[in-house]
Amino acid sequence: MAQVEIISPPSADWKGHSDANPNFRTLGKLSPPVMRKIEPFGAQFLAYARRKRHGRTFSEDDRIQALSKVKKSEDDDDGEISEPEDPLMLARDAKDWKGQDHYAVLGLSKYRYKATDEQIKKAHRKKVLKHHPDKKAAAGQDDENDSFFKCIQRAHEILTDPVKRRQFDSVDEAADVPPPTKKDLQKPSAFYKKWSAVFESEARFSKKTPVPMLGDANSTKEEVEEFYDFWYNFDSWRTFEYLDEDVPDDNEGRDHKRHIEKKNANARRKRKSEDIARLRKLVDDCLSYDERIKKFRQQANADKNKRRLEKEAAAKREAEEKAKAKEEEERKQKEDGERLKAEKEQSKKAKEAAKNAVKKNKRVVKGSVKDVNYFAEGGEASPKQVDDVLDDVDKVLGNIDPDQLADLVSKLNVAGKDAGKVKEIFSGTTGELVGAGKLKESDLKVLK
Amino acid sequence: MSDESNGVPATGTPEHYAIGIAFGNSYSSIAHISGEGKVEVIANEEGDRQIPSVLSYIEGEEHHGTQAKAQLVRNSKNTVASFRDYVGKDYKSIDPTPCHASAHPIESDGQIHFSIKDTESETENKVSVLEITARHLRRLKNSASDFVGKPVTAAVVAVPTDVSDEQKAALSKAAESIQLEILQFIPEPIAALLAYDSRSSNPTADKNVLVADFGGNRSDVAVIASRGGMYSILATAHDYELGGAQLDQILVDHFAKEFEKKHKSDPRKNERSLAKLRLEAEAVKKALSLSASATFSVESLADGVDFRSTINRTRYDILALKTFARFTRLVEEVIKKAGLDVLDIDEVILSGGTSHTPKIAKNIEAIFPESTQVLAPATTTTALHPSELSARGAALQASLIQEFEKSDIDQSTHEMLTVTPHLAAAIGYQVSGQSADAFTVIVPAETAVPARRTQVIGGLQGDVLVRIAEGEREIKVTQAAPKAKPETNGSKEGDDDDDDDSDIDEDDEPEEIREKVWKPKQALAEFVFRGLPKGSKVEVTVNIDAEQVVSITARPVGGKGGLRGEIKAAESAQNGSA
Repeated sequence: MAQVEIISPPSADWKGHSDANPNFRTLGKLSPPVMRKIEPFGAQFLAYARRKRHGRTFSEDDRIQALSKVKKSEDDDDGEISEPEDPLMLARDAKDWKGQDHYAVLGLSKYRYKATDEQIKKAHRKKVLKHHPDKKAAAGQDDENDSFFKCIQRAHEILTDPVKRRQFDSVDEAADVPPPTKKDLQKPSAFYKKWSAVFESEARFSKKTPVPMLGDANSTKEEVEEFYDFWYNFDSWRTFEYLDEDVPDDNEGRDHKRHIEKKNANARRKRKSEDIARLRKLVDDCLSYDERIKKFRQQANADKNKRRLEKEAAAKREAEEKAKAKEEEERKQKEDGERLKAEKEQSKKAKEAAKNAVKKNKRVVKGSVKDVNYFAEGGEASPKQVDDVLDDVDKVLGNIDPDQLADLVSKLNVAGKDAGKVKEIFSGTTGELVGAGKLKESDLKVLK
Repeated sequence: MSDESNGVPATGTPEHYAIGIAFGNSYSSIAHISGEGKVEVIANEEGDRQIPSVLSYIEGEEHHGTQAKAQLVRNSKNTVASFRDYVGKDYKSIDPTPCHASAHPIESDGQIHFSIKDTESETENKVSVLEITARHLRRLKNSASDFVGKPVTAAVVAVPTDVSDEQKAALSKAAESIQLEILQFIPEPIAALLAYDSRSSNPTADKNVLVADFGGNRSDVAVIASRGGMYSILATAHDYELGGAQLDQILVDHFAKEFEKKHKSDPRKNERSLAKLRLEAEAVKKALSLSASATFSVESLADGVDFRSTINRTRYDILALKTFARFTRLVEEVIKKAGLDVLDIDEVILSGGTSHTPKIAKNIEAIFPESTQVLAPATTTTALHPSELSARGAALQASLIQEFEKSDIDQSTHEMLTVTPHLAAAIGYQVSGQSADAFTVIVPAETAVPARRTQVIGGLQGDVLVRIAEGEREIKVTQAAPKAKPETNGSKEGDDDDDDDSDIDEDDEPEEIREKVWKPKQALAEFVFRGLPKGSKVEVTVNIDAEQVVSITARPVGGKGGLRGEIKAAESAQNGSA
């Protein structure tokens, strides 16, 4: 290129467009853009789509993305482990590791046996970062005392080994909750609160989970029974190896070693049986204070009494009912007898009356025939006629029933001494009798 | 697709596991993101990572992959191959040539079918190409499920850039019939670029990338503008009759002639001999990509005569000279189509099985300047396996989007979102004390807006004027001896003191030097810093928002007193000045 033109530095009177922006001025416009398709692939396009769809600018999007990331890291820091460190603990001798509280060393004393492996790991890391000998050296505290760091390492070693951790947890008295005294239990609600805490801490030794809990005053009888059943048959993994005396090496004499081992085994056994006895007593104590047991017993007694009374009442009622029924029957029988007797007498009387009436009526009938002079026309009736008529009347009377007889008598009374009418009445009666088949016409001679 | 998750999640949710599938005409590959967050190409039951897209039926038994491909010799009528391109097309518009040696496509009910004995009975069944595709995809899906140990339910499928929506719909339908949800179709060049960018240290660098996908039966090349990790395809070119099969044919012809010379019979005349020749030629071609010579050996090639011969790479390169040149021409064609020059291309990615051929990669490397990186096994030792690129890219995309709902993906890939204005010209700066022709790019052309770039200008002193301008690239051709100048790349960020970036192509004709030179075209704004101490640096941020409003922020590094200015969007009256 021939001419080398140099862009000159700004002249002294170079001015911007406005006073507000004195060092800037625009000279032209952007060329019109070309429309093209972006290929929708890759992480950057995701970011682009996010910006475009939410109408964000670059910085807004960066800020929102950064914010969402910050939130995540905060979540990670949750459950931070920080406890003040006891200066006494810091001064501990690492050799006396059996006496140290491993949880306290890692700053987990509020979690204890509940601390998760994750928490232990994090706590250990934190403590190491703080107490590492190199850190101390860097800070100028060059006293070569790394005993607390050794304590930390020992605590970590024990708590991260499940077997060793159990052994330590077995004898971790700081996690025990002492049973409440009588004084503690003066308030009625204290029983459940205090004893629940005790059983919750004891529950950590259970091989079986879940462990039934004490519950409260409203627990059902089944729940309470299950609770005491469980605790009286408690299956514990608690061991006491941690308290063992150190077994010496072989070189101190085999006998001595065996002696110590035996002693340890005995001590373990003894402690275990003591622990079982202790737990048993604990449950006994709890049971003795448990108001619910009394309540259930009372309830059971009340139930029993109620049932007994009910039974008795039922028996009594039954007896009464029986007696009553008997009485009733007797009374009924008596009544029936009396009634029958009366009826008998009455019927007897009626029969007699009827008999008398019939007799009387028969007399009337016979009389009426006599009255009309045995139907003789004029004069005295022949003995044959009288005989015939009386025969007929006897036949009629012999076959007539008392009602018809009464009817006949009343008719005859009306007829009086009119022979024709009397005969007519007799004929009617005989006709009725013949019609009823009680008398044969052939038998009759006059009174047809 | 619009929510958090910017990075690559290591594993998907168990109920929804997506893989990447590269479904090619000749070979398919499957890939997923392993537990460590790395891309892993899955081998099928036979241990193949490139699984031939071939299905074969022998007495009702289905064979797939390599086993099926071997059946092309003995059971070609019941073997279906090269069917991918037929999916979703009419019978009239397909080219059945690649199926010449296997089951032929036939038309039935306006659909493309293959007449094959796919059951135990002797009758031939007409099986639609969709059904064949579904069977092939099922094999791939099962292989992937077996490999990852959990059911695969979704996939991103890599397809060529020219696949129509109907073909995509047909592929989706075939996949749906085997309970595989296609989350997205990814163009093969984009997948290849994603695969390389995922392991790059600076994946958001602005660059122009040429991706050449040389397949078995066809070749596709594309020029992609990668701007801040977003990809825009600038141009594509296709050759449907150029691929591995053409190279195989050269070897077939070569060995057939050799056989004919010895035995006086042409094995190409016998169908079975030809199939044997083809299979062995492909194997020899692959061997030649790895070693300098290879042995061609076929038992009972023709008339019961065994044939054995060797070939070295030089001989092969001479034989295939013309065909190799076609690949190079295709690459040149697409650059021309994109309106660019070879000097504008910063990276060339060779993908597809044919890219293993060393001569092709070397030829392509030769047309580009030295500064351009050609990513192929023959030219870059750290190159990824070219056959796996599409599957890898698809797997990466699958892991990015597998947690989104399909509707969400569709919304985010809608044209409303993806079609955006791109800068017509590069935006750069000029500084007082430099030549008036000097121009340094801040935001390259073809960058989708909104965009934001920051550049640091160093070596400033006293009163300084900085001019922001649009620039254009010129190719300067000089007939002088090559200058000994450090090669730098024009559009890369950070080279602030080298004003005229140049790329020198000195391979072919040393007497002609072609250089890429940036020239300012139109000034946009200028600003002034007064009284800067010696060796000051000024950080310039150019932010172009969606409405083409350019805001410029500049501040001295480590100093006080930044400034800010805005250039209003172009009015319609000023349009056309570009």
